[in-house]
Amino acid sequence: MAKLQVELVTAEGRVLSEEADFIKLPGLGGDLGVLPQHIPLLTPLRTGEVMVRNEGQEQFLFVAGGFVEVLPDRVVILADVAERAEDIDEAGAEEARRSAQEALAQEPGDPEAAVALERAMFRLRVAEVRRHPGRRERRPE
Amino acid sequence: MASLRDLRRRIKSVKSTQKITKAMELVAAAKMRRAQERVQAARPYSEEITNVVADLFRRSPEYKHPYLQVREVNKRLIILVTSDRGLVGALNSNNVRQALREMNESPSPASVVTIGRKGRDVMRRLRKELVADRSNLGDRPSMGDVLPAIRVAMEQYENGDVDQVDLVFARFISAGRQQATVQRVLPVEVPEATGELAADFLYEPEPKDVLDALLPRYVEAQVYQGVLENLASQQAAQMVAMRNASDNASDLITDLTLTANTVRQTTITTELMEIVGGAAALQG
Repeated sequence: MAKLQVELVTAEGRVLSEEADFIKLPGLGGDLGVLPQHIPLLTPLRTGEVMVRNEGQEQFLFVAGGFVEVLPDRVVILADVAERAEDIDEAGAEEARRSAQEALAQEPGDPEAAVALERAMFRLRVAEVRRHPGRRERRPE
Repeated sequence: MASLRDLRRRIKSVKSTQKITKAMELVAAAKMRRAQERVQAARPYSEEITNVVADLFRRSPEYKHPYLQVREVNKRLIILVTSDRGLVGALNSNNVRQALREMNESPSPASVVTIGRKGRDVMRRLRKELVADRSNLGDRPSMGDVLPAIRVAMEQYENGDVDQVDLVFARFISAGRQQATVQRVLPVEVPEATGELAADFLYEPEPKDVLDALLPRYVEAQVYQGVLENLASQQAAQMVAMRNASDNASDLITDLTLTANTVRQTTITTELMEIVGGAAALQG
């Protein structure tokens, strides 16, 4: 079967460049599953988790904002921030989550804290999925 | 003529200076390589985003995002990239001169955003309108480090405070050559599209919305690339400056050693003459 060439790049450098059978992305309008021969698509991304599956092997990455360009044989993700699950600093994310929650408790509706909280939650989730591949369906929302 | 002891002291001092400049040269060479790697690493993103913007523009050329509208230029804003530290040859003064030349072309006094301490200091001294500064970013600036400076420039442009934004930085041509360069950032110059246009392209939600979100990132990527390139140039310039300093130190040491030897020889000759003279006087 045809494969997808997945490129995940940020302004600082290339995070991932691999072949894949399937890729799941946090599209602006909802999660997006892409198989080879998808019609060309360009859409912004939310903060969330990217899953890349190749020959049954799944990889998880955290992305925060950016774009994805889908072509029949290629998926290019232009992320504002991207981290592989194994590179996520869990203690740092936990800390960020706590301070964002405190900020929100003091000033409900603070947009910066809300964004920070969302990011921290997703980073933790991506990191956790890597350690417990079985427990996948717990959503942070 | 200086005394032998003074000469020896100077030789010693020049030698220790040379040790420092040599070490700095080596450090700069290593840092330059790493800085070049970072420029390379950032390239895929800016290439991809350039392609995407070019394609999008071809598909909806009638859509005029504020970033694409060319207005009459009343006031300009310069983003000046320099190094935080000196000892980089003429790099910073070239950048500053280039920036000032651009600023003088603006009909009303241009304002400036500086990235790097050297540029900031000059602009402050000249009492230019400094709207933002982002300095002391170190050797590995992330996009997040540079972003505040870019955001200020974009805001000024959106509010109509300025009508054109240019980036001034040192383009890295080779280890021996860096060129102070002016690059227009806003309004966006639509990149030349290459390759074929796929027939059915889906934009979610609408091409307009996608472009709205893409253009700021395109601008950010351009500036970030400039900052990275300036960093590579800075290390290259420092490497060359330090090599020249080491060479000059070598010349100086040769000269001083020669003088010191002459002085020593003269002293010995004088002493000998005195002994011979003394002996002759005793015999006589």
